[in-house]
Formats: sequence, C-alpha cells, structure tokens
Amino acid sequence: MAEVAANIPVPPTPPELMREPLVRNNRSFAWISDRVAAITEGKAPAWWWAAFIPSFALLCLLVAMLAYQISTGVGVWGNNHPVMWGWDIINFVWWIGIGHAGTLISAILFLLRQRWRTAVNRAAEAMTIFAVMCAGIFPAMHVGRVWFDWWLFPIPNFQGLWPQFRSPLMWDVFAVSTYFTVSVLFWYVGLIPDLATLRDRAKTRLRQFIYGVLALGWTGSNRHWSNYEKAYLILAGLSTPLVLSVHSIVSLDFAVSQLPGWHTTIFPPYFVAGAIFSGFGMVLTLLIPLRSMCKLEDIITMRHIDVMCKVTLATGSIVGYAYGMEFFIAWYSGSLYERFAFINRALGPYWWGYWLMIICNVVVPQLFWFKRVRHTLWVVFILSILVNVGMWFERFVIVVISLHREFLPANWGYFKPTWVDICTYLGTFGLFFTCFLLFLRFLPMIAISEVKGVTPQADPHHPLAKPNGGHHG
Amino acid sequence: MSAIFPKWTNRLPLMVLIGGGMTATAVVAGVWYYFTPKYTYVGYQPLQPVAFSHATHVEQLGMDCRYCHSAVEKSWFSNIPSASTCMNCHNQVLKDDPRLALVRESAATGKPIPWVQIHRMPDFVYFNHAVHVNRGISCVECHGPVHKMDEVWHAQPLSMSFCLDCHRDPAAKIRPLDKITDLDWKWSEDPNVAAQQQRTQGEKLVRDWRVESLDNCSACHR
Repeated sequence: MAEVAANIPVPPTPPELMREPLVRNNRSFAWISDRVAAITEGKAPAWWWAAFIPSFALLCLLVAMLAYQISTGVGVWGNNHPVMWGWDIINFVWWIGIGHAGTLISAILFLLRQRWRTAVNRAAEAMTIFAVMCAGIFPAMHVGRVWFDWWLFPIPNFQGLWPQFRSPLMWDVFAVSTYFTVSVLFWYVGLIPDLATLRDRAKTRLRQFIYGVLALGWTGSNRHWSNYEKAYLILAGLSTPLVLSVHSIVSLDFAVSQLPGWHTTIFPPYFVAGAIFSGFGMVLTLLIPLRSMCKLEDIITMRHIDVMCKVTLATGSIVGYAYGMEFFIAWYSGSLYERFAFINRALGPYWWGYWLMIICNVVVPQLFWFKRVRHTLWVVFILSILVNVGMWFERFVIVVISLHREFLPANWGYFKPTWVDICTYLGTFGLFFTCFLLFLRFLPMIAISEVKGVTPQADPHHPLAKPNGGHHG
Repeated sequence: MSAIFPKWTNRLPLMVLIGGGMTATAVVAGVWYYFTPKYTYVGYQPLQPVAFSHATHVEQLGMDCRYCHSAVEKSWFSNIPSASTCMNCHNQVLKDDPRLALVRESAATGKPIPWVQIHRMPDFVYFNHAVHVNRGISCVECHGPVHKMDEVWHAQPLSMSFCLDCHRDPAAKIRPLDKITDLDWKWSEDPNVAAQQQRTQGEKLVRDWRVESLDNCSACHR
C-alpha cells in the first residue's frame, strides 16, 4: 500500500477545506465490518441484559394493560367529557413524531448527499419503525372495540358501510400505514448487503440459514449493486414526501376541527418541524450511550453528534417560532375564543404544562448554539431527553388544554390520567426498547457497506486507496 | 451458498408468492361467505314450545297478521300475542287438543309461553315497526314469507347493509298501505310489468308520503 501511495501524487487539501473525516483513525474496511458485526456475534454483554430485562418487563406490562383495556373498555382510561382525547392521542402523536427523524435521515439526507447520515441511518430507521409500532397501538386501541378496527379499511362489508374519506382521521390511517410500510421496506432493502456480510461471517448453521434467507441470495455482484442502488434511490424518493405528509396529516386531525387552539393553518409545518425535532432528540438519546457501549466512537463521531445537535437547534427554533406565531394569530384574529384559548394555555389551570413545554422546546435547544455544549456528551444526552419531555408536553398542551375549556362554561372540566393511562404509556417504552435491543443484538446497527463508502480511503484520490481501482485509466 | 440452500429453494419465492396469494384469497373468501349474517342468521329455525303454524292460520284460514300482532301499527314493537288472543278461537276450536296444553295453561295462569325469539335486533339499533308499516313497508320485506312457514325461520340477513339497501332506495320495496299484510301481493303477475310498476309507483309513493328513509348514523344508532 505504502509504495503505491508514494507513486500517486496527491495535492494537499488546503486547510480551509479540511473537514473532520466521517470515520476517524483511518479505520480499515475490515475493522468496520468486524466492529459492527461483532455486536451481533458472541455472547450478549452485561449492559445488554441489564437493559433488556426491564424493557421486557415493561413490554409485559403493556400487554397486561392492553388486555385489561380490551376486556373492560376504554373507560379504564381518563378520557371523558370534555377531554375525549387524552393520553392516547398525546402518546400517538408523540411516538409518531419521534419516528420522523429516521425517514428524514434515511431519505431526505440521502437525496441531499449528506454523507454523514450513513453512520446513524440504520439505527434511526429502526427507531422509526419501532416508534411507529408504539404509536399505532393508541389509535387502534382508543376506538374501544378493537376487533372492529378493520372497518377503517375500504373492505366491502355486510354493514354496507364505506370509510368516510372526508375525515382526516381516515387520512391518518392511510398516512401512517403507508409510512410504516415504506419505512420497513427502505430499512430492509438497506440491510440486504449487510445481512449478506453477517451470513458470510456466520459460524453456525442456524445463523447461516437465517441470515441467508434474509439476505435474499446477495452475492455483491455488480448487477446486484446496480439494482440495489436503483431500488434504494426509488425508495428514498418515495419516502421523502412521506416525511412531510405523515405529520402534516396527523396535524390535520386537529386543524380540520373547529376548536380554538386546534383550528390553525400553521399546524402542518409546525408539526413536521416538531416531529423532526423530537426524532433527532430521540436519536441522540439512543446513540450517545450506544456509541460508547458498542465502542463505535470512530464511526459515530463527535462530528455526527455536532451535526445532529444543529438540526435539533434549527427545528427547535422553528417550533419556538410557531409557538410565538400561534399567540400572535390568536391576538390578530380578533376572535375572543381564540384569544381565550391561548391565554388559558399560558395562565390557565394547566399553566405548568405550557411552561414546561416552553422551557424544554424553546429554551433548552438554544443551548446548542454553543460548541462547548454540543461537544459535552452528558449535556447533550440530558438535553436530548428534555427535548422529548418538551415534545410530550406540547401534545399535552394541544390535546388536553384545548379540550378542557369549551365554548360553554358548563362543559368545562379538568383531565386526570388513570393508572392505566400511565402504565400503558410506560409499557410502550417496553415495546420500543425490547424491539430496539433485539435489533442491536441481531442486526447490524450501522450500515456497514455504506460507512465503508465514506471512509477517507474510499476516495480514489486518497493515498490509502486501492491501487487497482484505476479510475484514471 | 449452495451448501446451505438446496437448488429447489430457487423456486421458493415463486411458491411462497403463489401459495400466499391463494391462502389470502381463501381466507378472504371464507370470511366473506361464513362470517356474515347471510350465513350466520338466515335459516335459523328453532323449535318452538307450541307447534304453531303460520301457514295454517294465514294461508288456510285467511287471518291477518294484525289480528295477533296487534300493536304493529301503533308501536315500535310488534307484540307476540298473549295466550288469551289464541283462546279467542281455541276455547271453541280444538279446545281439548293436547298440542295446545301449554296455551291453555298460559291463558289460565297468565304465565307467558316461552317462545324462542328469532328476529333479534342488537340493543344499539333503534327499529320502529309502526313507522315502517305505516309507510308502505310490508312484513314480508324483513320477515320473509311467514304465511307459508309451518315453523318460522329467519328468512333475511337483517344485516346493516340489508337495512341500508332499502333506506338508500325505498322505492324498490314500498307498496300501497292496504297491501302491507298481503304477503303475496305483487304490482302485476307479469314480472316485467311488476318491476316497472314498482319503480314508477314506488317513486310516486315515496314522494307523496315524503318517505325520508334516513341513512345517517343516528337514524338507527341513537
């Protein structure tokens, strides 16, 4: 290698164009394969079990809560007049929002040629899929008689009924299920070359068989790569509008209704920004401990953390602007009800929820302006959790505070969650982390083949690049 | 690779695709056929405590439905007659017949005959007999040819789409008010003329009587 490198003249990069490499310490291709694949091989480390056992216990709690809710009825939740949407819809919107970072990273950043995405896209997409699964539980359950959920789909039935396609709740069904399907496909297609890597490294017959089936006969031939990249590009193109459409449609569940606090045109863009904000918060929460647990600091570098903090700052600022604009419009509209709804948000009985949201979503991300903050991991970790606390309270503010004051004071009320509400919500963390930990253990959490493509030596001009590439003829 | 997977597995994706497609079709078709009231309700014919024959009473003796089901024009509920109604005739006719022992006992003690209910509306559905009967919907439309039944059976699915089919097009079923309990009545003996009459006369009746036949949710689910 070294003597070849000496033969190729490489002009030095001017210092102002120097960027921190995406993979540090000149790690070789073999090192990347070994390091990532090793997480799925051998015995599970102690930290994995320490995380998996409580997660699985919470998952059992979720199953118990859902069984209790199905067998008893939705009355076990705190939803009641006038707050007919409670924690169920808050949690639904919260989880589906978290899911948005995965698709943004995998689709939009792919189309925009943001090469740093390769280190985080696999885990972020997995996070998306599991978050959408958690989200889907709530609307499916809140209808009460879950065995009639299939009425949501346009299937000819003996009721002579057809879904009401003018309702945004119907659009939601299709937006979320499309999003889930495309996300799973995108994730799986991206996994195929890495599944083949795991298959080829497998020592036992069972692993060979399972990864062999999943890898769909991938050999890494030119034709395979060519088809793969086309498929990946098409799926990225399909996913890109979904990043914007899904949360826009979720926001229309509120915006199409006539309730002050919900009936605003700013909702779709503001919801999308909030979703990406919370999604990046969750990616940071997950990856900061993971990169040190799995010793991936050379692949998920400080540059990655830094960039994701900046995205969080940008989207957090958009969200903060939207909060301000909501208040401006409430005043500017001249509508008494609109004004009351917003003054009541900040100063009414749920003032604590509103100000928690403002602190976590508007004030906290502003700390990311400082490089010192972005580069202190424990600070970033805590702030990333606060982001999602804030985003949960944003949905609480929208759902509960808007509903608890009606046009008629006779219909005013105060919402309290029940223990089932709380345990169901905690249970979804069990589902999420159980799935995520299983993903870590059995699938490559970093896109091995893609990360190799962004190493410095993958650049044909690099001194360590393979001599037989011969791209100059 | 070939060490793990034998050659025939190359055909596996196609087999899975075809097999999966066929299974899915079979499941859909099975649910479609077996899981609807057309299959689950139609033909339900429980054995009643008294072998009462509608065919004998209506076809042979020419009785009107409303002689026994006397509340049908005034109430949401079409009553099952009490035994005293039966005894109006049966204190003379077949007065000692052992088949009527239960009827006589019921008339004497006031304890109702335990008839088995056949047409059962779910409790979340509001249905009003009087409204239908007074706006030209015959008994036969929902209950079938009861006048020909010895033992009553469930003749129509009474599913939601069964209700909606008529509510969306009442002109196809509506008939003159004096023909409500004439279960065999037709607009004409000639089926083509009958269909044509049903359409033109039916639409006229719907218009004249201002039949609303609501099809919003809360018309029935109140």
